[in-house]
Amino acid sequence: MIYASWLLIIAMIVLAILSIEFKDLIAAVVAMGAVSLIISLLFLFLQAPDVAMAEASIGAALTMAIYIIVVRKTERREK
Amino acid sequence: MIRKITYGIFLGIIVLSLVLFFVAFPFGKNKMAVGKYYLKNDIKQTGAANVVTAVTLDYRGFDTLGEVTVLFAAAAGVAILFYVLEEDKKKRERQVYPNFIVRVGSRIIFPFILLFGSYIFIHGHLTPGGGFQGGSIIASGFLLLYLAYPGERVNRNKLSIVEGLAGITFAGLGLWGLFTQGNSFLFNFLPKGQLNMIFSAGILPIIYIAIGFKVASEFAGIVDDMMCEAVCSGGEK
Repeated sequence: MIYASWLLIIAMIVLAILSIEFKDLIAAVVAMGAVSLIISLLFLFLQAPDVAMAEASIGAALTMAIYIIVVRKTERREK
Repeated sequence: MIRKITYGIFLGIIVLSLVLFFVAFPFGKNKMAVGKYYLKNDIKQTGAANVVTAVTLDYRGFDTLGEVTVLFAAAAGVAILFYVLEEDKKKRERQVYPNFIVRVGSRIIFPFILLFGSYIFIHGHLTPGGGFQGGSIIASGFLLLYLAYPGERVNRNKLSIVEGLAGITFAGLGLWGLFTQGNSFLFNFLPKGQLNMIFSAGILPIIYIAIGFKVASEFAGIVDDMMCEAVCSGGEK
C-alpha cells in the first residue's frame, strides 16, 4: 500500500508539471483532471472517503468540464 | 538584479519558516482534544453513526449553513456573468449531436447516477458521504446529459424552486429548534432513534437531504449557464 502511494504521488507531481507545460490546452485540462483523480485515490488510502468522493466528483468531473467548455469557447493552442 | 535578490530573500524566509514549522509539528501523535471529545460523545449526543456528519451538521451546523450560503453566492455570481437573455434558436438547432451510442448510453445511465447520488445523501448520517458529495454526483449526471444533447436545456425556474425550498427547509429547521424546542440554532429536536437505522439521528438526515437537493440544483444551474453561454448565446454584443 505504501509503495502504491509513493507511485501515485510521483505520478501526480509529473502530471501537475505536464499540465503547466502542455501547449495543447485540452491535454493540459485532462492532466489536471488526472491530478484530481489521483488526489481522491490518496484521500481514500488515508481513510477519508468523504473527501475522496467530493474531490472525485467536483475536482475530476465538474471543474474539468467547466475548463473544457471555456477552452472550446476561446482558443485551443497556447501561444 | 535587486528584484532577483528580493525574490531570493522572500523565498528563503518562506522555506525557513516551513522547515521550522514541520520540525516543530508532532507527526504521528494525536494531540486533538476536541477530536477525542467528538469520538467519545458522538453517538450518545447526536445518534449519528458517521462521526463526520455529526461534526459538520450537529456540532458545527452553523458553519455548514455558511458553506451553503457561499455556494449559493458563487452560483448566483456565475449566473450573473453568464446568463443568456436572448437565445439564438437557430444556433441551438445547428448543434452537432454526438453519435447514437453516446446519446442512448447517457439516457440509460442517467437514472442510475441519480439513484447513486440520492443514496449517498440519504444515507449521509450512516455511511461516508453526504449532501455535498451526493449533490455534486447528481450534477455530474446532468453534465453527462448536457454533453450528449448540447441543444437541450433544463427548466431553470424549476431548478430555482427546488433550490429555494431546500434552503428554506434548512434554515426553517434551525429556526424551529431555536424558537420552540431548545434555545440554540439547529437544535436537534427529533428523537435520536436506534443507531445504524435510517430513521435515526433526529434532524440530521432531513438537513442532509435538503443540502443534497440544494447543491445538486446549484451545480446543475452552473453547468447550464456555462453550456448555454457556449452553445446558445446569440452573437457578440
